[in-house]
Amino acid sequence: MSGSKDRKPSANLKLLDSEVRVVNVGLVQFAGDLRDQGVKVVHVDWAPPAGGDVKLARLLSKLED
Amino acid sequence: MTIANANETAVDRMLRGDPQLVDVIPAKEAVDGLGDRLILHAGPPLDWADMCGPMRGAVTGIAVFEGWAENLEQAEEAASKGFFEFAPNHDFDCVGPMTGMTTISQPLMVVENKAFGNRAYCAINEGLGKVMRFGGNDEEVRDRLKWIRDVLGPALGRAIRAADGIPLKSLVGRGLTMGDEMHQRNVACSGLILRELAPHLARTTDNPGDLADILAFIGGNDQFFLNVAMAMGKAIMDPVRNIDKSTVVTAMARNGTDFGIRVSGTGDRWFTAPVEMPEGLYFPGYSEKDANPDMGDSTIIETIGLGGFAMAASPAVAGFVGAGPASEALNFTRTMAEITVSENPEWAIPAMDYQGVPTGIDIRRVVETGLAPTINTGIAHKEPGVGQVGAGVVRAPLKCFEQALFAFAEKIGVA
Repeated sequence: MSGSKDRKPSANLKLLDSEVRVVNVGLVQFAGDLRDQGVKVVHVDWAPPAGGDVKLARLLSKLED
Repeated sequence: MTIANANETAVDRMLRGDPQLVDVIPAKEAVDGLGDRLILHAGPPLDWADMCGPMRGAVTGIAVFEGWAENLEQAEEAASKGFFEFAPNHDFDCVGPMTGMTTISQPLMVVENKAFGNRAYCAINEGLGKVMRFGGNDEEVRDRLKWIRDVLGPALGRAIRAADGIPLKSLVGRGLTMGDEMHQRNVACSGLILRELAPHLARTTDNPGDLADILAFIGGNDQFFLNVAMAMGKAIMDPVRNIDKSTVVTAMARNGTDFGIRVSGTGDRWFTAPVEMPEGLYFPGYSEKDANPDMGDSTIIETIGLGGFAMAASPAVAGFVGAGPASEALNFTRTMAEITVSENPEWAIPAMDYQGVPTGIDIRRVVETGLAPTINTGIAHKEPGVGQVGAGVVRAPLKCFEQALFAFAEKIGVA
């Protein structure tokens, strides 16, 4: 095993070497926190069908067009 | 027929509707089954024991107005002893704003849907402030109702008949381009309809003093057109009822205690949940501590794609109801487009490159997205007899739509 100094950065870390641009899906607070730190964020307003209520979601799937 | 086919039929009937204001006549002539001591109210069914303050205030006031009680105290005692019968306006082809009182001697505006031949009715708007629709019930309020019954109503009826009716669809289309959304802003349409009526009023009203009073009353009431728009909404939506397998909402209404919806595929059954409190702006001297929960049949306006659904046409209303900056108005309309089947090309919004208003609320989309219909509304004082204290925005309770979805699924045999 090589020492930590010699470890090559992973693809994920390389991503953070360049300017970070984020697509945030779901909770808008995360987008706000990143924006406050100067990160460019596009927020996607998304929630699970029927707010995550499994019974309603299952019923909706049976009532498609 | 699939659900999609059924909903296409529903929206097609909405778009083909041809509502025209054709008359003003006494309620006892207009409405079958309306008799002594029967009081029609806004929203789903409601007993005296469950009525909020303004609704009780209006009931006692209208009872004195009709001569069923000598004073408010006697009217309250009579109501508590079951002397009056109560029923929803919607069951009698009527709608009424806020408390929505409809009784035998009030003059009702008649809107006929020429495409389908059905008629819908609404009382004449009393103006802003201390009025019966907000629970006002003192002598001043009742005297105004008497003048509406004895002078304004008959004069409007004569003028509308002389005009051979007033087509409403195109008038509303113009109003949208002039900044109205037809629920909390009716400045343009009130002016436009007065412009249509004024020559006929002048020709058919003998007494110059009465004519001057009538013109001043309508000209001084920015919400005069609201009640016309409500009867129009009811006339448009009634032919959409009872389409098998349609998930389109045919009525939304509140009685100050409960919010109720009706859905085409489940007929005239109400799906109800406790009504919510509007968030908005208050007149000087009042605050949310004074506010009554939401009420009125006026949500028929949103049911046809106007009001909160057409907020983008009316940036001024966004400020008036405390919904945020004018730039936010477009987002309200875009959001409502996510829960509707289609749009109405005849009611286009200039600020959205003439996109039509969102049309045909689909209960499936409401439940799936969690986006409840946005409603622009007036706010009544919670105590009887005070009147309007503000204006705001309220959301329809999601529970109504969830209940409706379960009932709809059961009706079409989907478990």
